[in-house]
Amino acid sequence: MSVKVLHSGLLTTIQDIGRFGSQQYGVIVSGAMDSYSLRLANLLVGNMENEATLEITLFGTTLQFEEDTLIAITGGDFLATVDGVVAPLWRPVLIKKDSILKFNSAIRGSRAYVAFAGGINASEILGSKSTYLRAKIGGFEGRALQKGDVLLVGEGNYLSKKLVQQLTKNNFSWSINCNELINFNQHQVIRVLKGTEFHRFNKESQQIFWEEPYSLTVQSDRMGYRLEGPPISLSENFELLSEGVTFGTIQIPSNGQPIILMADRQTTGGYPKIGQVITADLSSLAQLQPTATIRFKEVTQEEAEKLLIKNEQLINKIKTAIHYKVFH
Amino acid sequence: MPNQQIETIMKPLGDSALIVQLGEGIDPIIHERVKNLSELLTNNPFEGFIELVPAYNNITVFYNPYIVYNSQKGTLTAFEKVCAHMKHLVQQIKININEGPRLVSIPVCYGGEFGPDLENVAQYHNMTQEEVIRIHSESECLVYMLGFAPGFPFMGGMDERIATPRKETPRLSIKPGSVGIAGKQTGIYPFETPGGWQIIGRTPLNLFLPHMSPPTLLQSGDKIRFVPISPNDYSDYKEMKQ
Repeated sequence: MSVKVLHSGLLTTIQDIGRFGSQQYGVIVSGAMDSYSLRLANLLVGNMENEATLEITLFGTTLQFEEDTLIAITGGDFLATVDGVVAPLWRPVLIKKDSILKFNSAIRGSRAYVAFAGGINASEILGSKSTYLRAKIGGFEGRALQKGDVLLVGEGNYLSKKLVQQLTKNNFSWSINCNELINFNQHQVIRVLKGTEFHRFNKESQQIFWEEPYSLTVQSDRMGYRLEGPPISLSENFELLSEGVTFGTIQIPSNGQPIILMADRQTTGGYPKIGQVITADLSSLAQLQPTATIRFKEVTQEEAEKLLIKNEQLINKIKTAIHYKVFH
Repeated sequence: MPNQQIETIMKPLGDSALIVQLGEGIDPIIHERVKNLSELLTNNPFEGFIELVPAYNNITVFYNPYIVYNSQKGTLTAFEKVCAHMKHLVQQIKININEGPRLVSIPVCYGGEFGPDLENVAQYHNMTQEEVIRIHSESECLVYMLGFAPGFPFMGGMDERIATPRKETPRLSIKPGSVGIAGKQTGIYPFETPGGWQIIGRTPLNLFLPHMSPPTLLQSGDKIRFVPISPNDYSDYKEMKQ
């Protein structure tokens, strides 16, 4: 089965959960910016959670389906339409042969995910189909989608086929609720653990970091969010050797403006780390648009773990509920 | 022999990773500890372990806290459980002096269009270009870690007589394979990228080999020697690889 790209959009790439296991060789993780949306999109079409999907950024992308295809759209709301009719989000959708799925501009969030039953037949490198643009690997020829590209999508499994049957019978009325997992507000509080060099910043800067709002600049991308706000400075300069960093690491370069490392971050960094966004808040962070404002709030290691575990349990519940809806 | 006096610090890098610090500064002995602990963890992973990233004097351990949480009952946090596992491994660190490092020769075409900053570096030190090449290719460098970009080696051991500050204005584009100097460091760019290093030459070898295992030409712990080649040799290498 295949899907043709009629319009590329701003930046649409194939992403799965990420390329893990090769960071020690300097290979960056990549993967979906909003991994909760990616995982839920896959569950909604019967896929494994970590299957590759399309990640659509801010606006664009029009797709034409050459066969009947089961899909799910999650993440931000781009007022997507199927042959001109608004497409429902957060539930399985059966797209008919020759139909056109069109994404407009994001009115909520900044990244939408499209999962196809059976996944996307993209090139798998080092265990992942995620596109890493700079090294030109993974995804669709290692690049963003372009007009004229043809995506090959797989065959759905047993669960996908049952979902298609339900949709064909026209008695379909459910969708899932993501409100507890992702906050789409463009002015929000992001929860943070103190970073490994937090104590190296002067008292005034520490206070500023917890109290003042920071806004996302237009220089923000999949690699990192560049923030703008009151500058933060060290008590005294020191040399930090490059060491491991991760998704959500908040670095302070010499200009004092924080950078939050995102999906396409490099594997190691040498800037002092003032904080670390908790895993439970990474999807909310990923859905921010340029000019969004955030405040940082400190939580403890134990709270961060609890929130993460609660979210994982919630995703498991959603998975069970989907199975229940299909088989009862 | 087991080395129990190692001063170890464990610190969280968020809720899904932690850093095990095995010393301070850049030091071949600490590097051996890092290498040994990486091997120990690779051979004795815990449930929920994802991967590790060795650096100059520490390793970062990535894990899935939900799996760690479910894998053992008890009141400890996932962070505490992973710390306990790592403490146990740190006690088993041995420096294996018998195992020699891998020695890798990197052919480099110095100067000209391949090394546009060779002349500046020579002038900066009041040397001839030939002297810079001789000193650079006589240094034996140690790959401490890979990072920044796939296959990018962080190396130590370059002769400090040719240490040169970064360029004041970074280049917008540096060709893949470019060999540069930044302060006391020397490195090789795997991809075309902007950068401020002084570029003195270029290697025809590919540093990132995505279809191989491991996917990089160089690995942490390798000893490197740069071998000067002519522009003709450079073309021959490139053709050989096609």
